[in-house]
Order: sequence, then structure tokens, then C-alpha cells
Amino acid sequence: MPFIPHTEDDTREMLEAIGAASLEDLFDEIPAALKIDGLDNMPDALSEMQMARLMRERAAMDGAPLCFIGAGAYEHHIPTVVWDIATRGEFYSAYTPYQAEASQGTLQTIYEYQTMMTELTGLDVSNASLYDGASALAEAALMAVRSNRAVKSKQVLLAPGVNPVYRKVAMAISGRQGLTFDYLPMNPQTGNVVFDSLDDDSSPVAVVIQQPSFLGTLEDVDRLTDWAQARGAHVIAIVNPTSLALLSAPGRWGAGGVDIACGEGQPLGIPLSSGGPYFGFMTCKQKHVRQMPGRIVGRTTDLDGNSGFALTLQAREQHIRRSKATSNICTNQGLMVTAATIYMSLLGYDGLTRVARQSHRNVARLAAGLCGITGVERAFDGPHFHEVGLRLDRPVGPVLDALAEKNILGGYDLSAEHPDLGNVVLVCATETKTDDDITVYVDALREVFASSAV
Amino acid sequence: MDALIFNKSRAGRRAFAQAPRNAVDVDIPQSLLRPDRPRLPEVSELQVVRHFTRLSQLNFSIDTQFYPLGSCTMKYNPRACNALAMLPGFANRHPLGPVSYGQGFLSCMFELQEMLMSVTGMRGVSLTPMAGAQGELAGVAMIRAYHDARGDHERTEILVPDAAHGTNPATATMCGCVVRELPTGDSGDIDFDALKGAVGPQTAGIMLTNPSTLGVFERRILDVAKVVHDAGGLLYYDGANLNAILGMVRPGDMGFDVIHMNLHKTFSTPHGGGGPGSGAVGVGERLLPFMPVPVVSREESQGRISYGWLAEDDLPQSIGRLSGFMGNAGVLLRAYIYMRLVGRDGMRRIAEYATLNANYLQARLRDAGFELAYPGRRASHEFIITLKHEARRFDMTAMDIAKALLDRNYHAPTTYFPLLVPECLLIEPTETESKETLDGFVTAMMDIAREARENGVRYKEAPYKMPVRRLDDVKAARDLDLAFRPDADEGRET
Repeated sequence: MPFIPHTEDDTREMLEAIGAASLEDLFDEIPAALKIDGLDNMPDALSEMQMARLMRERAAMDGAPLCFIGAGAYEHHIPTVVWDIATRGEFYSAYTPYQAEASQGTLQTIYEYQTMMTELTGLDVSNASLYDGASALAEAALMAVRSNRAVKSKQVLLAPGVNPVYRKVAMAISGRQGLTFDYLPMNPQTGNVVFDSLDDDSSPVAVVIQQPSFLGTLEDVDRLTDWAQARGAHVIAIVNPTSLALLSAPGRWGAGGVDIACGEGQPLGIPLSSGGPYFGFMTCKQKHVRQMPGRIVGRTTDLDGNSGFALTLQAREQHIRRSKATSNICTNQGLMVTAATIYMSLLGYDGLTRVARQSHRNVARLAAGLCGITGVERAFDGPHFHEVGLRLDRPVGPVLDALAEKNILGGYDLSAEHPDLGNVVLVCATETKTDDDITVYVDALREVFASSAV
Repeated sequence: MDALIFNKSRAGRRAFAQAPRNAVDVDIPQSLLRPDRPRLPEVSELQVVRHFTRLSQLNFSIDTQFYPLGSCTMKYNPRACNALAMLPGFANRHPLGPVSYGQGFLSCMFELQEMLMSVTGMRGVSLTPMAGAQGELAGVAMIRAYHDARGDHERTEILVPDAAHGTNPATATMCGCVVRELPTGDSGDIDFDALKGAVGPQTAGIMLTNPSTLGVFERRILDVAKVVHDAGGLLYYDGANLNAILGMVRPGDMGFDVIHMNLHKTFSTPHGGGGPGSGAVGVGERLLPFMPVPVVSREESQGRISYGWLAEDDLPQSIGRLSGFMGNAGVLLRAYIYMRLVGRDGMRRIAEYATLNANYLQARLRDAGFELAYPGRRASHEFIITLKHEARRFDMTAMDIAKALLDRNYHAPTTYFPLLVPECLLIEPTETESKETLDGFVTAMMDIAREARENGVRYKEAPYKMPVRRLDDVKAARDLDLAFRPDADEGRET
């Protein structure tokens, strides 16, 4: 019996102690009409050896393509230490640290994580993480509605560079509470907001600014933050943590700094893994802390006066407040945060800066190489971080298909979400790409363009 | 506490092997760059390894201790599930990669959907919710979408038993519903008359856990389903306790229209110190059009099978997307591997032996003098003891006994939940624990009680043997210290 230790003698003795004749007797309170004989459509058990073989075959089917897709999930080098340590049983198989005295390892790790995230984002406090970047935006918007009591509207305005999937997720999670999410006008030349056409009479409860934008561009975050706060809106930043080694921290945007920062934590040592598990991070100004969703760890003292860590501000949470909680959330992405904390400790600010700079340089080289092909040009003016939009003289889909035939994942097709922009593909090259990799891509695209197939 | 990683930092030190060596210039205007230097640690690779290895050793975990945490199903997490889910083909797969580079992964996900339908008796499964609470959100959102699609806009009330997990009412609120609490009868079943009086044209649905959080099977479940359905409402099944009935009874057969499963409980993916979870949802016929996307599809043409995605275009009435991509794919893979290792017959054995362990532990603790909250009832995979007498006679609360257990190297059961049982411990041993372990736990409980009774030992200050003594929660919430700031830390003891 897989993972069940009972011998026949154990089972007999235990049934005797209970006073039951058989295992079946233990289910005598369940109506007989409901009981089933067996499960249809359920395969027989495999041994670990058989299972390992099956999974190796399936993993091999997914191949090892040269990947230039970003669009919210980024391939970075993950030091061996990160998952060697994070999958130690003491981290991997522990539960939520409700029994603080028996969970100091997890709690101190989260406290260190919270510290690192506040340092990166330039804000005062961090929670212990949310599910992912997209759901973190939904929670941030709900939080802004709770904390911005001066504004009665539930309208959230989005800079044009906010990831369209994040908007969909925010609507699915918070739409039933009346929140709306509308885009501000985009300048198609820059991919950024058109300041001249902003409506000065609007009174949104929050304005969301993504930096770098989903289109790979860099927004004038100071000006947009000031515009939003001048009309009483709270500002929510969506940021890529790797980029914060270079780019201005949200806590310093504009005259006042943003109210809430959130984003996808995956670049900090989490494998791409088909989209999860990742983690969403969230930091905010001190004055908003009591409206923050999710777990928070605090440092306190024990009976001997020594320092220790515990979950705190639990009065916000569902297990205490039930229907009046700040959120229904009842997990953080603990293991992912453990990995990210190890990753940030290994890299440090200096290492993270090197990763960011190398990625920035690699995508610049890639874009320059690709733009050397007739029919390829930069889609947006202005600076980038580690992703660039390229406009093609033909539909993107068939080009990406042809590249995939050559074992290259050539980027993300923006034309589905932004048909108005034309045939734009978003390409990314992180520090994991060598100059040879870039040459392979450029040569492959040249071949594809030269063939009559696309 | 151990020194913080920041206290081990020295300017200029770093793990040199882990970052690109070349310093390169950036072409970004100065106005967009950060002028400040965030204070991340500056430490060596060995320091990092030692620091976090040491921190891990301060934790209790399933791999090191018995962890009978009620309603959390802390069973063994097979190591193969992790190793195989981390194979490079899976770990390195970009979520937006084409399906031609994902047939291996997608075939696992499709089969997982099928297996979850099999154990729950539901008609469709979406794997995308990232935790139990998000599965609940998906479920209640689908119930609302169903009523709305029928033009039945007045149904905004969700019935929730008073014993329910806090996420149930919190979720209903997030979906814009009004929560109406139902009382529990003396024997632990729902107060059926109260239910009949509560349903009406305003009823959107009811959220139930069965077996309930009281550790007993709701015996009149078919009557409950009839009353709610007759009133026009739908039934939501909270899968927190699915481990108790795996392969024995199916929520779909009980009359539930939608369920979420906690794959990190029933299907043994790791709890990871508080996540990631995975809260896949299953639906009956009526809710199929409303499932969250994406869902994995399978097509067969000319003898060739291929897997792909169903998205908004395929399910136009879907409640939408709940995550940036497809949810916690790596967790889903681990659950898939676990289910294949356990197989058809193993599913039923999980329920049998989880129930055997709970009833055995319940009988032994009862014989040792502990009071059961529902003595006339069969335990499911968990049960409740109440320490109200011990609290009165020896001033020994549930919290005290929990902390005393830590000193005896047992993780504490769930304390003070469900809220309606005073001074309670909710105990769930799971099927992967041996008889010897359960006997050891009984001995520890008896020792603690005897010390209190005979020797006047009080546990107000326990634990004594943990890395820290009992922590001051009030101070933690009053003097908020949520991040290390070197300036504020000067002069304080660390």
C-alpha cells in the first residue's frame, strides 16, 4: 500500500481498540446508497520506477527550445543552492507557521524576505506574498478601495502598459465588488500614456502603472504618479523585481511615491514551470498596512525577552474576521518566497544589477540584429529594459510557427491583444542568452523571411 | 533567534559564481534610474547555505515530526513527486510556449482533470485556481454566473454553517454575496429545521464541507441537497476533507454542483511553510459553461492525439481568468504524480486508513480520559477533543497543551477551531502515520495531563525547549516591526 505503513496486525489491533469489526464499519454513518464500489477511469498504481520512466518520456516531449519569450515570465539562471535548500524537508513539508515557536525558520525567512522586498521597492512594509503577479493586482485594487476613503468611486485606471491578462484577472476576482478597470489612452509611437489627452476631471480610486510596461517600454512614472495623486487617486505600481536593480523604486516615483507596489516574483529564482507556482509580492506605505491582504510576519519578543518572529495583524484575516476579512486569502506562496529569499541573498544588489544589465544589453543586441532584416523594425520609440517590441511586415503567428520548427520560441505575439498596433512581436533576451544564441535567432529569422512560406 | 542574514553582510562580499561577470552600460535615461542602493545582503555562497540550512532546522515539518493538524491533512509528501516535477522539460517550459512544445506536460494535466473527475463524480474540472480559497472564489463566482445567466438576479445569499472554515464566509463576501450562518445541531449535523427556514428565492447556494470541520459525516446530506435545490439554490462542496472519503463516496453523487479540491492536502503536494497550494474546481452539468479558463483539451484526429487549451473563445460564459497563466502548474504535476503512484485501489485505502487512524486515536484519547466533542459519533479522518474541564480545573487551555506538545516533539493539533467548540483540539493523524507514532502521541498527551493533575504543573510558559519561548503576539501587533532597518536596530539585542 503506497505510503501507508500498517501491517495486518496493526490494523487488527487498531480495529479492536475502536470496537469495530472491519474497516468498512468505520463508514457506517455514510448512507449506503452513496457508497461506490470502485473508481472508473482511474489507472492502476505505478511503482516509482515506472512513474519515473513515464515522466522522463513526457518531459522529453516538451523539448528544450531556445526561448525568447518573456511577457510576464522570465528565464533567469537559478543558482543550484536555491532549490537544494528550499526543498529541504524542513522547509518543503512544513505548514503555515501558526505555531510560531516551532516555525522560526519559516518565519525568519519571511521576515528577511519582507525586508528585501521593501528595500527593492522603496516602500515601508511587505506582506508574506500572494498567489502570483496577476492576482496581486486584484488584491492591490481592492486594498486601494478600502484605504482610499476620500474617493467614493470604484474606478481603477490602468496605464496602457498594464498587462492585459492582469486586467482580466483583476476583473474576475474583484468585479463582483463593483470595481472597474479602464485603460488610459496610449501613444502608439511610444507605447506609453498620452499625457495631453488625460481627462483632468476624472476621479479614479486608483491608477495602476506598470514599469517596465507589458510592451517593453519605460513610462514616465514620475509624471504619471503626480497626475494620479493630484486627483486623489492611490497609485499602484506593477514592477519587475529584476528591473528594480536599475530602475527607480516605486516608493520614490513622483513627489510622493506610490501607495502600493506589487508584481510577479518569478524572476527571483523560480522556474518557468508552465506558469506556476510563482508568487505575487506586495509592499505599501506604512499608513496602509492594516488594509493589506495576506499574511504578515513581525518581530517580537518571547518570555525571556529574546527576539523571535510571529504572524501578526491576524485580525485582518479570514480565520478571525470571516465575512469581514480584508481578503479570503489563506496562503502565501511560502516555498517560492523561501527560494526567492535565498536567490536575493546569493545575488545581492550587485549580482542583481549584473543580471539586469546583461539582460538589458542582450535584448538590445538581439533587437539590433533582428532589425537588420528587411521587414523588421522597432515598434516603439524610447528606452527599454529587457524586452522589445518589433513590428514585422507580415503576420506574427506564421513567423513564430516557422521559428518553432527550428527549435526557437521567437517571442510573444502582441497582435492578439493589440491588433491596433499591427504585427508586433515582443522579444526578450535575459542574461541566459549568449551572443551565439542571439546569432542563431537572427539567422533563423532571416531564413524564415527569405522563404516564401510566411 | 539566529542572526539575520543582514547582520552577516560585509560590503563588497558576494557569491561571485552566480551573476554575469562583465559590467555593461545601460542605455536608459538617468531620470528613470534609481539613485539609491537597496540594502540586500552581501554574503558568500557558503554563508547563504549555512544561514538557510540553519533556519530550516528551526522548523517542525512532516519530514521531522508528527504533525496532526486538523483540517490540514499533513501527510507524507513523496519525494519522487518533487524530483519528477522538476525534470528540465517541465521546469524550463515557458507558460506561453506553443502547445507543440508542451504535449508531455499537457497530457499530464488532461489526465489529472480526468482523474479528479473520477474521484469527485463531477462532469468537468478546471485546474487553474491557485489555492483552496481561490477555488472557493471560483465556485461561488460560478454559482452567481449561473443564476445571472438565468436572469435570476435576486439570488445573492450564501448559506454557511457556523462550523465552516473562515474562508467560506470571506469568499462569499468577495463575490458580493450576503452570508447567512446556519447553526449546528447537538450531534454535529446541520440544524435541518434551520436550513428549511433559511432557504428561499434569495438563496444563491450553500457552502458545505462533508465530512464537516467537526470531523463527522453530514448524515442527511441528500435531504440537505434536496431542500437547497428545491429552493433554486446550488450546493458548493469545500474539499478540505476529501481525504476522508476518497474512493468511498463522491461529492457529485451527494448532489453537489461545484467543488474545490485542496491538492496540497488530499493529493499530498507540499505545504511549503504556507503554500503554494492548488485549488482545482470540479463542476456538475449546470456549471460546465462557467468554468474558469484555461482548461486543457484533448483532440483525436486520424489516430493522432493532441492536447491544447480551452480559453475565453471556447467558453464564452466563463467566469474568466484567476491567474496570469494557468495556475500552479508545478503543484498540479506533483498531484498528478502522486495519484498515479497511488492508483485506483490506493485511493480507497487512503480514506480507509486515514479513518482508521483517526478513530483509533480518538478511542485511545477517550480511554485516556480526554473528552470528545461528539462522543456518539464515528470520527471521519479527524476528530475534536474539548479541554473545557481541564481549563476549569487545572487552568490548562488548548493553547497550553499545544505548546506542551511542542516540547515533547509533536506538532500541535489545530487549536480553537471550529469556533463553536470551547477549548478544542482538532486532530487529524492522516493515513501515512504508523500505530507506534499514534501511541507515542497518546502517551505524550497522557503525560501532559497527568503532570497537570498530579503535580500541579502548569504550561502557561511552555514551550521551554523550542528555539524561542512563548512569543508576545500583542507586542507583535502593537509595536510593528515588519522589516529590518539597521538604523532602528542599533542598540537593540538581536
